[in-house]
Amino acid sequence: MNVGMVWALAGAVLSTALAGMGSAWGVGMAGQAAAGVIAEDPEQFAKVLILQLLPGTQGIYGLLVTFITLSQIGILGGNPITDANIGFLYFLACLPIAIVGLVSAYHQGRTSVASIGVVAKRPDQFGKSMLFPAMVETYAILALLVSILAITNIASLA
Amino acid sequence: MGDLDYIFAVARIRVKEKSLLSDADIRHLIGLPDAKTAAAWLEDKGWGTGDDSGDIDKMLKAEEDKTRELIRELKIPSSVMEALTFQQLYHNLKAGIKQTMDSERHYGIFYALDDYGEEKMLRILKDKKFEELPKHMRAAAAEAYEIMLTARDGQRCDNIIDRACLEAMIASGKASGSPLIRDYTESTAAVSDIRIAVRAQKTGKNAAFLREALAPCAAFDVKELASAAAKNEEALFSFLNNHGFKEAVEAVKDSPSAFERWCDNRLIATIKPQKGNPVSVGPVVAYYLARQNEIRTVRILLTAKANGFSEEETRERVRDMYV
Repeated sequence: MNVGMVWALAGAVLSTALAGMGSAWGVGMAGQAAAGVIAEDPEQFAKVLILQLLPGTQGIYGLLVTFITLSQIGILGGNPITDANIGFLYFLACLPIAIVGLVSAYHQGRTSVASIGVVAKRPDQFGKSMLFPAMVETYAILALLVSILAITNIASLA
Repeated sequence: MGDLDYIFAVARIRVKEKSLLSDADIRHLIGLPDAKTAAAWLEDKGWGTGDDSGDIDKMLKAEEDKTRELIRELKIPSSVMEALTFQQLYHNLKAGIKQTMDSERHYGIFYALDDYGEEKMLRILKDKKFEELPKHMRAAAAEAYEIMLTARDGQRCDNIIDRACLEAMIASGKASGSPLIRDYTESTAAVSDIRIAVRAQKTGKNAAFLREALAPCAAFDVKELASAAAKNEEALFSFLNNHGFKEAVEAVKDSPSAFERWCDNRLIATIKPQKGNPVSVGPVVAYYLARQNEIRTVRILLTAKANGFSEEETRERVRDMYV
């Protein structure tokens, strides 16, 4: 095992781990709020379920970045990387989705909790209330794009 | 417990808030012809047990029980809600002291509390085992009991207990860790002090009486309030105006019922910001207080209707709603 591979693998692992932690946190919080609403008004199940799921996307983005990284560095086939600098570049490329995924999923979870509160009182405002947590998603998508663009273009530097 | 530990409870409360009576509902109730029709309208909205047979007291008690049961289900720590139970607890102390001094038995004057209900309170007072009371009650209970025993001065007895209650509420509010409960208990003390000062001024009480009755609070210096109220009405109004209670002065000038309404509305204004708070125990506490206000308002309204008050007279007595 070479140093470059260790760096690259660390980045791949962090993408899933940190973004997944954020999503678990966010979906957990929103789930508690959703359960509170369902305890009193079961008819709102579909609406609160959608709001609960919104912070779950960061975990998926992290997983996607991990798969791409693993395939690029030769873990899932192809030639394994040998250059330590290239491995470190893969590590850096994974950081945007790892860090932004963690933070944005937590805040999206809190926003979802607030939106579930809106749906609890005014179910007819579901459309508007869904926009607030969806806005937080923007920054997770930006981080995902940066990570993917970086990872897929590092090979051309070698 | 941290703010995020109340997410489930707040979400449940948000759904429950939909069934709180609004100002429009209260206006509708005022417009109904009599207490029976109003009670029937409330039953249609889910009030009571569904088997109250028009018994208003039974219906209102059922609503109080529902609120208590909900708070119990939500597992809100007793240390958080403690401050809000003190008024009923101290009421039972007052009732107990007066009952032990009276040979005639009075029924229905105690709150049915789990820990210090009628039987336990009477036993403690008859045996003078004040150490069995909560620590914050003991000194006031012993002093008030002695005053009733020796001087039969019911008003002084009430003053001592009411002040001890407010002081205990403020201390518990600070210890609860909830900004809402802290603000609410401070507001309760300030409003109670103003109420005492206004009544004392109208009945010509002296500064010594006021200093004993007023509980220290953060809103103003109670010694200054006592001096102003003992001096004359103009000095009292000037004090209240200078401390941001202009609306209280206007309410006092308007009528006694308008002033009582201002007192309750001031407390409701303290809890209204919780409608937009997504986490923390604040919305749960606010709902509990809103329910108490709602039940009190309905009681006033139905009593006014049962006694043939006009719509205008009734409207003057009803409180602002939380929603």
